[in-house]
Amino acid sequence: MSRIAILTDLHANREAVQAVLDHAAAQRVDRYALLGDFVGYGADPGWVVDRARELVARGAIAVLGNHDAAVVRGPLPSMRPDPRYVVEWSRARLAPAQLDFLASLPLTHEEGDALYVHANAWAPGDWEYVQNRSEAVRSLHATNRRLSFCGHMHEPRLYHLSAVGKAGEFLPAPGVVIPLTGLRQWLVIPGSAGQPRDGDPAACYAVFDDQRSELTYWRVPYDTETAGAKIRAAQLPQRLAERLLDGE
Amino acid sequence: MASEPAPGAGAPAALTAGQVIDGFHLGERLHQGGMANLWSVTREGEGTDAMPLIMKVPRIKGGEDPATIVGYEVEQMLLPALSGPHVPKFVARGDFTRQPYIVMERIPGPSLRPRLDAAPLAIDEVIEIGSRVATALHDLHRQRLVHLDIKPSNIMFRSDGTAVLVDFGLSRHDQLPDLLEEEFTLPMGTGPYMSPEQVQFIRNDPRSDLFALGVMLYHFATGARPFGAPNSVRGLRRRLYVDPVPPRALRADCPPWLQEVILKCLEVRPERRYQSAAQLALDLQNPGQVALTARAERSRQNGALKTFKRWFFALGAEARSDAPLGAVSQLMKSPIILAAVDVDHAAAGLLEQLRETVRRIMVTEPGARLACVSVMKTARLGIDEKLDDAGQSRHVTQLVGLKHWARPISKTLDLGDGRLTFHVLEASDPAAAIVEFATRNQVDHIVMGARGASTLRRYLGSVSSQVVAQSDCTVTVVRA
Repeated sequence: MSRIAILTDLHANREAVQAVLDHAAAQRVDRYALLGDFVGYGADPGWVVDRARELVARGAIAVLGNHDAAVVRGPLPSMRPDPRYVVEWSRARLAPAQLDFLASLPLTHEEGDALYVHANAWAPGDWEYVQNRSEAVRSLHATNRRLSFCGHMHEPRLYHLSAVGKAGEFLPAPGVVIPLTGLRQWLVIPGSAGQPRDGDPAACYAVFDDQRSELTYWRVPYDTETAGAKIRAAQLPQRLAERLLDGE
Repeated sequence: MASEPAPGAGAPAALTAGQVIDGFHLGERLHQGGMANLWSVTREGEGTDAMPLIMKVPRIKGGEDPATIVGYEVEQMLLPALSGPHVPKFVARGDFTRQPYIVMERIPGPSLRPRLDAAPLAIDEVIEIGSRVATALHDLHRQRLVHLDIKPSNIMFRSDGTAVLVDFGLSRHDQLPDLLEEEFTLPMGTGPYMSPEQVQFIRNDPRSDLFALGVMLYHFATGARPFGAPNSVRGLRRRLYVDPVPPRALRADCPPWLQEVILKCLEVRPERRYQSAAQLALDLQNPGQVALTARAERSRQNGALKTFKRWFFALGAEARSDAPLGAVSQLMKSPIILAAVDVDHAAAGLLEQLRETVRRIMVTEPGARLACVSVMKTARLGIDEKLDDAGQSRHVTQLVGLKHWARPISKTLDLGDGRLTFHVLEASDPAAAIVEFATRNQVDHIVMGARGASTLRRYLGSVSSQVVAQSDCTVTVVRA
């Protein structure tokens, strides 16, 4: 019985993650689920990984994201120059204990009637995206859990699949309590905390009350200018700073 | 929570009186329907003065009747999001994997359904029903809900006459997932009441509820259904091109203005109907102000040629692109603006400034209606005295002054088709009268002048500050 804050795609954005954690605390959240991609893009990988470690030590759920996997094992030869540079840069800024934490993360976590996974349920380590209704159905068919919490896609979405196989897609509005009724499967994508991409720069996350089975999506404005300035100061690709300002 | 999903789990055991479910004690079974059973319940430990409750339990036949299950799911999702006097208060819901139910406030008394058997009803009762239901609908639309199954059996009344809408199994909320959108390949609704756009699978237009209300008012006024009771999609589609017989052809004492109102609700294209339930309620409460068009004059159905033309064009009329984004966005486009004009006392400069402010608001809101109101101050005593000749002529003078004030606005903006109404109120307390009018007519925005002369303000107090303090809606106070 708890109220769980679900954060995903934190992407080394300290300002965004701090703002979301503050907001979640005000929502009387008593647990956290972190759906991966702690690093990549942003200028504060160490700080974000340390926050995740603290939360996990206090019972948070955490799973591995593709950026985390890349930083743990080092860039692949096939990577384009920009991502390769960010991966190398992030890896160089993490202490062995921080890298060990990322390396220890599972691809999925199952608990109660929920599945927590970064990308999808059908092949969690292949990092394919749930971009539309049919991919959501594919993912929901791959698990017998009633609820799937997924990251990877940076735009908030809610998919549902009825007992007779009809699927629906929904664009959630922030702050609205959505009862996840017991008769169907639901796939929840809270949207990215650290790098929103739907045109709204405010950080995304969601709160799930598992006793009442109620989900609420949230948008939290944060200091995008500081986060962007740090990216520029670190001489990471400029575009990574710009896209935080307009959320695109 | 259950550890495994159990969609379509087997039917739960039958319930019996005296049983206790999650702390609710089952009393009498009130209703056994095709879709659900209703039980009177009491919460354990609550006295007899507690709010009376009912438990709605879906009937699961073999565990897999999609229409019943999804309708129940929709209601379970939407009811907790609604509040206010026009819905039964939500209390609790039961997990589907154990015992599905919804517990809500019990609204005593029969629905409007039995009144259908008595139709045609007295014209005054038809108007009263229409006005109360429209008021309730506007409140729901403001809460982002389109009901989509408005009919007499889903309408009940509190003891003070407030209309309560029930059964949200087909409804849609702007900000909650629409579980019905993808579920069925047939239009959803109740045949006689379904709007043309519902027949075409559009589920987010609050004006659909006004169509259904129009069907109801037609039936109550004439004793006949405007589009029959079709049970095929083809039959449903007839309403896209066949006009109803005008009410006055069936009932000679139906006033032309009421025919105008009913036929306006029944327009095929939503943009030709009332643009909000509040605008409909305003007309029902102010018959003298209804702008009569050709609708009021109509004495028979369209001829065969016109019907054929409309049938032909209806063939291609599947998806419309101008569908609104939802209940609230449609309402925001269609506010009621109240201009409170003190034609007798306000200075010319203030009246002009007030008019200019109102004009600007009307320009930016093409769907807005403007109600021009002036208050005729009466003595505190003797309010009920019959108006003498002097009072009557004062009333007319006020109305003339009000129309004169509004003329530049109506001329420049071409406010035809019932977008402009005039109301002379009589009251001893002008501010209270304005607030009361605004509340009753679900006004969105009051625009009024500040009392200019300081001596007057000192002796009489400020009407505008009292309106600002007491009104629920936005108030703009204009100064010259």
